[in-house]
Amino acid sequence: MNFVVIMKQLFDGMSASVMIFALTLLFSMPLGLVVAFGRMSKWAPLGFLAKEDGKNGFLRLTIATFRPIQFIVKIIIAILRGTPLMLQLLVVFYGPFYLFGVQLPRSYRLIAVLLGFSINYAAYFAEIYRAGIESIPVGQYEAAFVLGYNKSQTFRKIILPQMVKRILPPVTNEVITLVKDTSLAFVLAYAEMFTVAKQIAAAKTSIMPLFVAGVFYFIFNFVVAFVMERIEKALSYYR
Amino acid sequence: MKVLEINHCNKKFGDNEVLKDISLSVSEGQVVSIIGPSGSGKSTLLRCATLLETMDGGDLVYMGEYAAKADAEGKAVYGDKEALKGIKQHFGLVFQNFNLFPHYSVIRNITEPPILIGKRPKEAVYAEARELLKKMGLADKENAYPHQLSGGQQQRVSIARALAMKPKILFFDEPTSALDPELTGEILKVIKDLAAEHMTMVIVTHEMAFARDVSNHVIFMDGGVIVEEGDPMEIINRPQQERTKAFLSRFRQ
Ligand SMILES: Nc1ncnc2c1ncn2[C@@H]1O[C@H](COP(=O)(O)OP(=O)(O)OP(=O)(O)O)[C@@H](O)[C@H]1O
Ligand SMILES: [Mg+2]
Repeated sequence: MNFVVIMKQLFDGMSASVMIFALTLLFSMPLGLVVAFGRMSKWAPLGFLAKEDGKNGFLRLTIATFRPIQFIVKIIIAILRGTPLMLQLLVVFYGPFYLFGVQLPRSYRLIAVLLGFSINYAAYFAEIYRAGIESIPVGQYEAAFVLGYNKSQTFRKIILPQMVKRILPPVTNEVITLVKDTSLAFVLAYAEMFTVAKQIAAAKTSIMPLFVAGVFYFIFNFVVAFVMERIEKALSYYR
Repeated sequence: MKVLEINHCNKKFGDNEVLKDISLSVSEGQVVSIIGPSGSGKSTLLRCATLLETMDGGDLVYMGEYAAKADAEGKAVYGDKEALKGIKQHFGLVFQNFNLFPHYSVIRNITEPPILIGKRPKEAVYAEARELLKKMGLADKENAYPHQLSGGQQQRVSIARALAMKPKILFFDEPTSALDPELTGEILKVIKDLAAEHMTMVIVTHEMAFARDVSNHVIFMDGGVIVEEGDPMEIINRPQQERTKAFLSRFRQ
């Protein structure tokens, strides 16, 4: 293994990390919005059981206000945020075989990585979006309502743009964490930066590859922070 | 022509009866002021009229079209989505705290609703919006953002935003209560100018002199009922009911 080969392997590892990062964001950010809507769902199919005079017993009230979608999404988010991402990756990768005996092709490794990351990050983004949406003053909804905006117009034109500005700081945190989390793909032996660097370091008994990996993550995050700061600046024209 | 008619409106929040059998009608060009102590239900009445709250009982009628109609037991039955959408075009509401859209410039705040909701041609809407801004003394502010304006300027923009939809009737809920006393005057002047142009308006206000000077009809509410109503001079200078007298005495030095 000469220097050129090592550099090429490290470079491929970097590309793989950047790809995991980009595709995870691409999938998890919209998915997070869907999850956020589920989390905020007020659908209560048994609401008709509530008495009109408001004199409901505890049990009746509990059943009448039961919101199945919100309940299920809440549990899913709790699991996704409450267990290690590394464990979730293993479940997504080995689950189909151990649970259902399904043999998946080699290419499933990448799909499993992306699935695991996207679902996990969607749960975090969902809670950030929800906090953002709920922080918009009710007067914004009321003004839009009286002007004749329907629900979808109100969300797209009035709420969403203001939400994006408000959630940028926590989203930046998540994105920076994701850069480093991509290294967790090593548990599925997917050849991203960290996996590659570790292999070379072991083969060459040298710390250099790991050092290169460290520098890579640092520079990657430097770029990410720079881009997010630019976006924040671009949105600072209003308060 | 009656622009707005509310018949036997009832509204409860839980066990709290906030509006009790309120009836009110507003003809074209009329300016009605609603006065009364805090918690008397003035805002709730305006919110029912603007569909922000649903009445429990009674009729709500704009230009002869029923937004809600009482059934045999008096329960308010609302029209379907399409009907309400049409009826919403008849009224506008100016909020106490403006509720401008902070991410839009002044001109976009005013022009987006008529273009997006009213489906009116862009050029005409922009021309009208600039006309409105000029009238409000804000011709040079069209590209400013709400946070760059004073409270009084923001409230004038919000009045322009409501007017741009060409409502038949405009509601104001304490339009000057969030403003410093110096800024109150500029808003009251704008409303007076609108009254002079025979804009139909319903104004909830704590400015008694203003209510007396600008309106054709004053309603005094207390405890969810209309205690006394009539000619502004009569009500404000010579109230008949004890509760009205007690309330108004607090405004006289
Ligand atoms: N969303 C709500 N839920 C429960 N109670 C409410 C709600 N809105 C208003 N109320 C109650 O209704 C009553 C009337 O309130 P409302 O805001 O209409 O009074 P108001 O005359 O506008 O008072 P103010 O002059 O202080 O604005 C009050 O007792 C208030 O607590
Ligand atoms: Mg009020």
